[in-house]
Amino acid sequence: MENQKTELKDNGLTQVGGITVKRGLAQMLKGGVIMDVVTPEHATIAEEAGAVAVMALERVPADIRAHGGVARMSDPGLIREIIASVSIPVMAKCRIGHFVEAQILEALGVDFIDESEVLTPADEAHHVNKHDFKIPFVCGCRNLGEALRRIGEGAAMIRTKGEAGTGDVVEAVRHARSVLGEIKRLQLMPNEELMTYAKNCGAPYELVKETKELGRLPVVNFAAGGIATPADAALMMQIGVDGNFVGSGIFKSGDPALRAKAIVEATTHFNDPQILAKVSENLGEPMVGISASSLPESEQLATRGW
Amino acid sequence: MKTLRIGVLSLQGAFREHIQILRRLGAEASEVRLPQQLHGLTGLIIPGGESTTIGKLAVTYGLMDPLREFAAAHPVWGTCAGLIFLAKETDSLQPLLGVMDIFAKRNAFGRQVDSFETDLFVPVLENGTAEPFHAVFIRSPYIAAVRGNAGVIAKLSDGTAVAVREGKWLATAFHPELTSDLRFHRYFLQMSRDD
Repeated sequence: MENQKTELKDNGLTQVGGITVKRGLAQMLKGGVIMDVVTPEHATIAEEAGAVAVMALERVPADIRAHGGVARMSDPGLIREIIASVSIPVMAKCRIGHFVEAQILEALGVDFIDESEVLTPADEAHHVNKHDFKIPFVCGCRNLGEALRRIGEGAAMIRTKGEAGTGDVVEAVRHARSVLGEIKRLQLMPNEELMTYAKNCGAPYELVKETKELGRLPVVNFAAGGIATPADAALMMQIGVDGNFVGSGIFKSGDPALRAKAIVEATTHFNDPQILAKVSENLGEPMVGISASSLPESEQLATRGW
Repeated sequence: MKTLRIGVLSLQGAFREHIQILRRLGAEASEVRLPQQLHGLTGLIIPGGESTTIGKLAVTYGLMDPLREFAAAHPVWGTCAGLIFLAKETDSLQPLLGVMDIFAKRNAFGRQVDSFETDLFVPVLENGTAEPFHAVFIRSPYIAAVRGNAGVIAKLSDGTAVAVREGKWLATAFHPELTSDLRFHRYFLQMSRDD
């Protein structure tokens, strides 16, 4: 069977790792919740709760914050164990610009790489050239220019940066409103202004033009960074994102299995307040959280990325 | 001409893409998240997404029996995760509607790095033109066994079954909603018109 598969892919009619299958996997994740997990047991709880994918990590962002020091790609052994424990897609994070960590993650067979500001950046000027890889990448952004630069580098999916590990949704809201608001502005802009707009926000002209024509980003756009309750998840969906990443918000709460299921249901039924009220009942303690506005600039993760 | 009102199961996944194509083809299209939203529909599409997520949400929100009853009387098309959900059997423990007499093997080609695009020859679409259908497979299942009245309508060049029709039901392992070739959607609308 293994040989047959290779033969099939070499017959010239069949292509792997093209832009359609990379962006397409993100399209299949829409309307869903991607959960940070640090053990195979967590991964099983996430899958059981209805997660569409898990992010395999050694520490959730709240612990990365508390721990300090340099945060790197997770141990490949842990990532393999998590891959073996679930049937849903497994994502993992590499440092910004660390293309060798990305090569290792691709070799492990992860389904999606998050080139993430939550880890300590490895390059202070450049991101990974994501076109070089057969598996898709997701990258964070705070505004439309940043989103389009990442898509230009080959990102197949975008997420807001928010402020990871805080349990404070305010930065995710700010970043989602910024991206979606800029797209609305772009739609009203006469075509002769697009080149200057592209120059000023540092985005590739062709992608600015495409975004204007589509009225949305050319790739799927999730929220991330501070989502801790079903109401937070539904808020981001009503603002207009395609789905949610939840990091520390689930496994730093009192009852992760219950909260995970509630956030999944709130992401699907984001427009139904009766259902939102029901799933928000009796979830136990949410993660404690830190107000994002109380963080000194040196502790803000969202400022990482260029 | 009969008005076609097609629901798209919108618990999770690529429902927006199907709805856009259905509207372009002149059908009415609506999102289905709760049982009462099936009323008045003439057909249903179950989109790609994560089949475990879709199955769990369908169980929690009381959709399993209403979907089975709907399928007994109307045309239904499942793409990728939708194919798995429609199947009587699959290789993992998860909620299934058990409508179509097929065995769906999940993630049958491997992980995302093995996801692929290829040209398929689909005689039911071609009207003698022999124009291939460009098919996108993403962590896709295939149909490992076809029983009863289910018949294979598309295969890979190695013979693997990737699309099947059984009476008023259609299932494709790939994603016609991700390409600009609308022939599979037209084919399903024709099935709905003939129903």
